[in-house]
Amino acid sequence: MKNDKRLRLDMWGIAGIVILVTYILFLIYPVGNILKQSFYSTSMGFTLDNFTKFFSMSYYSNTLLNSFKVSITATIFAFIIGTLLAYLFAMFDFKGKKLLRILIIIASMSAPFIGAYSWILLLGRSGVITRFLSQFLGVQTPDIYGFSGIVLVFTLQLFPLIFLYINGAFKNIDQSILEAAEGMGVTGIKRFMTVVLPLLMPTVLAGSLLVFMRAFSDFGTPMLIGEGYRTFPVLIYTEFISEVGGDSAFASALAVIAIVIALSIFMLQQIVSLRFAFSMNALHPVSTKKVKGLKKFWVYVISYGIVFTAVLPQLYLVYTSFQNTSGMVFQSGYSLNSYREAFSRMGNSIFNTLRIPFFAIIIVVLFAVFISYLAVRKRNTVTATIDSLSMIPYIVPGTVLGIAYLTSFNTGVGGTGFLSITGTTAILVISFAVRRLPYTIRSSVAALHQISPSIEEAAQSLGSSKLNTFFRITVPMMMPGIIAGAILSWITMISELSTSILLYTVNTRTVTVAIYTEVIRGNYGIAAALSTILMIFTVLSLLLFMKVSGKDDISL
Amino acid sequence: MTQINISHAKKVFDDVTVIPDLNITINEGELFTLLGPSGCGKTTLLRMIAGFNSIEGGDFYFDADRINDKDPSKRNIGMVFQNYAIFPHLTVRENVEFGLKQRKLDKKVVRETAEKYLKLIQMEKYMDRKPERLSGGQQQRVALARALAINPAVLLMDEPLSNLDAKLRVDMRKAIREIQREVGITTVYVTHDQEEAMAISDQIAVMKDGIVQQVGSPKALYHRPANEFVASFIGRTNIVMAELKHSNEGVAELHLQNGHVVVYPKLNHLSDQTVRVSIRPEDFIRVEQEASLNTFVGKIEDSVYLGLNTEYVVALSDGHLVQVTEESSFEEDLTVGEQIALTINTDKINVYCAEGLTNLSEVK
Ligand SMILES: Nc1ncnc2c1ncn2[C@@H]1O[C@H](COP(=O)(O)OP(=O)(O)OP(=O)(O)O)[C@@H](O)[C@H]1O
Ligand SMILES: [Mg+2]
Repeated sequence: MKNDKRLRLDMWGIAGIVILVTYILFLIYPVGNILKQSFYSTSMGFTLDNFTKFFSMSYYSNTLLNSFKVSITATIFAFIIGTLLAYLFAMFDFKGKKLLRILIIIASMSAPFIGAYSWILLLGRSGVITRFLSQFLGVQTPDIYGFSGIVLVFTLQLFPLIFLYINGAFKNIDQSILEAAEGMGVTGIKRFMTVVLPLLMPTVLAGSLLVFMRAFSDFGTPMLIGEGYRTFPVLIYTEFISEVGGDSAFASALAVIAIVIALSIFMLQQIVSLRFAFSMNALHPVSTKKVKGLKKFWVYVISYGIVFTAVLPQLYLVYTSFQNTSGMVFQSGYSLNSYREAFSRMGNSIFNTLRIPFFAIIIVVLFAVFISYLAVRKRNTVTATIDSLSMIPYIVPGTVLGIAYLTSFNTGVGGTGFLSITGTTAILVISFAVRRLPYTIRSSVAALHQISPSIEEAAQSLGSSKLNTFFRITVPMMMPGIIAGAILSWITMISELSTSILLYTVNTRTVTVAIYTEVIRGNYGIAAALSTILMIFTVLSLLLFMKVSGKDDISL
Repeated sequence: MTQINISHAKKVFDDVTVIPDLNITINEGELFTLLGPSGCGKTTLLRMIAGFNSIEGGDFYFDADRINDKDPSKRNIGMVFQNYAIFPHLTVRENVEFGLKQRKLDKKVVRETAEKYLKLIQMEKYMDRKPERLSGGQQQRVALARALAINPAVLLMDEPLSNLDAKLRVDMRKAIREIQREVGITTVYVTHDQEEAMAISDQIAVMKDGIVQQVGSPKALYHRPANEFVASFIGRTNIVMAELKHSNEGVAELHLQNGHVVVYPKLNHLSDQTVRVSIRPEDFIRVEQEASLNTFVGKIEDSVYLGLNTEYVVALSDGHLVQVTEESSFEEDLTVGEQIALTINTDKINVYCAEGLTNLSEVK
């Protein structure tokens, strides 16, 4: 490749400019707008009032404290459970691992608030388990609402991330390291704490920070199960929704605080992963051992127990979707009534859940291909800028992006009426695409790094033009990696709530939004049926992913 | 067939001049090798010919056609890469057909040409395989067929054998040589392996720091290296200091540093000066006795038996160590510490000026 630092006006130059303009319009402008609103008012000019208001009133600032509390607690629990499970998987031989792994992935792929809703049905005031225990055993279950409920849901939702991370890292630990420790008389728990855990540390930290970030920015779960326990995303959402038309500056200030926190966590993660980075490569990965007797019993109980608990909410929703219901009350007898109603009243949401992510994924794949190519093969100031810009949505919480879009495009760009896309399908498609691009870009950059530049040079030497080479050689070679990444993005899109709950209208309502609103309205039958449909979509997509990538594993 | 003409080529990478001013002519149908130590600019020059590196100065011609500003895809080159660069998503046949299809040829012609070249490299059995199921040697054959199938003006190869194991390397270089002869294509071949270069080339350009030290046939390079660098890079050699003097009759004599005097009339025309004499290990000849004036003594310091040859490290009377090679025999029983008598095959030595930069034996 020629080593030109200037941006030239060939196909790549044009692609670069188009992408840059897109990011300026749909990322810089809305996020900048939020910044401006939070610091600037037309009456007073530059002001810190919004921030003073937040930090001086404990009614507001407590939500931040609450968010930290639940996120840290959930991260610790998720770490313990995820590591324990990964350890069992890596060290011991037992049946059904493959199935368990798939179930764990499914559990992690569903929308957290659906888990919250199902746990309310199970453990809530009139939950089935609660009633069963008090009626037959006279046991009073602890309160599920508030802090403990949020932590429960987050933990079960997020431990799979830790599990998948550590499961991958275990493959890089060499059996000989464990044997060496054993030779020195260090075995069992001691060996795990002194030898294995330090080796896993970089992975553990990376995974934990990701879990923390997810927990910190989730809005649906505390909204449903938190009751009086308000977390920061809930505050942002309610402030914004209740203040629409009025003073959205305060909500913008909250959004800015959220971005700053997310950014700090992100930087922390970068620093930490640099400090702890060392490379491991296992010639002989740790091999599993057969277990016998009591130990075998515990291995089965713990691993199956954890996974069962994680998928229980999903399973219970499938069950209730076939029950007869009237409003919030489940009746005796079974039927497909809930599905019938779901289709007749919420049919368009099912269609939307396929349609909107479909358009978004096309944009994602197109942009990811071009951005990764520009960033890897055509490095210059412009493409480096695009590369960094494309990573910003990774740290901007969904609620924040939703608010930014709403305030920025309501009356068009800068109030000109140009691109006044609020309420359209386009705004949802674009917000989905922008939010999910970072993931697909990473996977296509990885795919591109696998392709030696000499392959492209070979094609050129055979008389193929640069354009032809790109489309006939480079893109087809990148495709398997990109498709796999895109399917994962797709799965996260169909269960997305925090942005779509702000941007939807009756015509662009997705299944997750419908489930949320039906739960709030108390139409539990429809909510359960829609949840089941969503789960089917997820499982099918996951199977497709496994077929395309040829793996029964997801590495993050 | 095409002649390649490069004059005053210049290459600069980020303010570092890698090739200052290079001139080469590569004749039609010739297998021309660029040889030199790592980092001397072989790949850089080859990629300038191919069009993958920009050219900072000079002119590159394929016959009368100046190619400096032509896109690589328009230069009509065939290229074989060190890492094969086979398209992994295409079958063997589709790989070979790829270049033909770019030329918008008739479908039937494309098929037949591809088959012809796959036969040439004896890979017709594997036509419908995906490349991932081929060995390295097979992949490199496919890469060769793919490059040749488009009937390019020149064939460019950058260390095509360096990823193969030793045995396969020898087989493949023979195959490349035969196919190149058969097709008769002008070929530029890059390697840092001098044995490979000697075995395969019509002409070799020895490079160092972006400068061509010598261009010549393998034989010329070995026997008449233009400077000390070439002498020691191609094969092995001993450098012995000497004083060039003239006898009363005006006959040139080399007074070697160990006191031995070599009569060397070839240099009669030069004035007295300090010189460096390059003597290859096989040009020291062992004689049984200190029979004549022409011998001198040395002491064996070490010996290595290599089957065909035995190599000795010999200390001359002034302590200078030289390498001596002799065909081995079953009877030989020289031991370390033993004194031997040596003479020099004066026809084959080369004498360089004190800086080692010019071959005085060649100066007329
Ligand atoms: N893209 C580049 N940017 C900067 N410097 C380069 C670049 N490519 C090569 N060089 C420099 O140019 C010099 C010649 O490199 P080149 O690759 O041509 O060497 P070579 O003779 O092919 O060596 P080898 O036998 O190791 O392949 C080296 O000093 C190298 O560092
Ligand atoms: Mg090279």
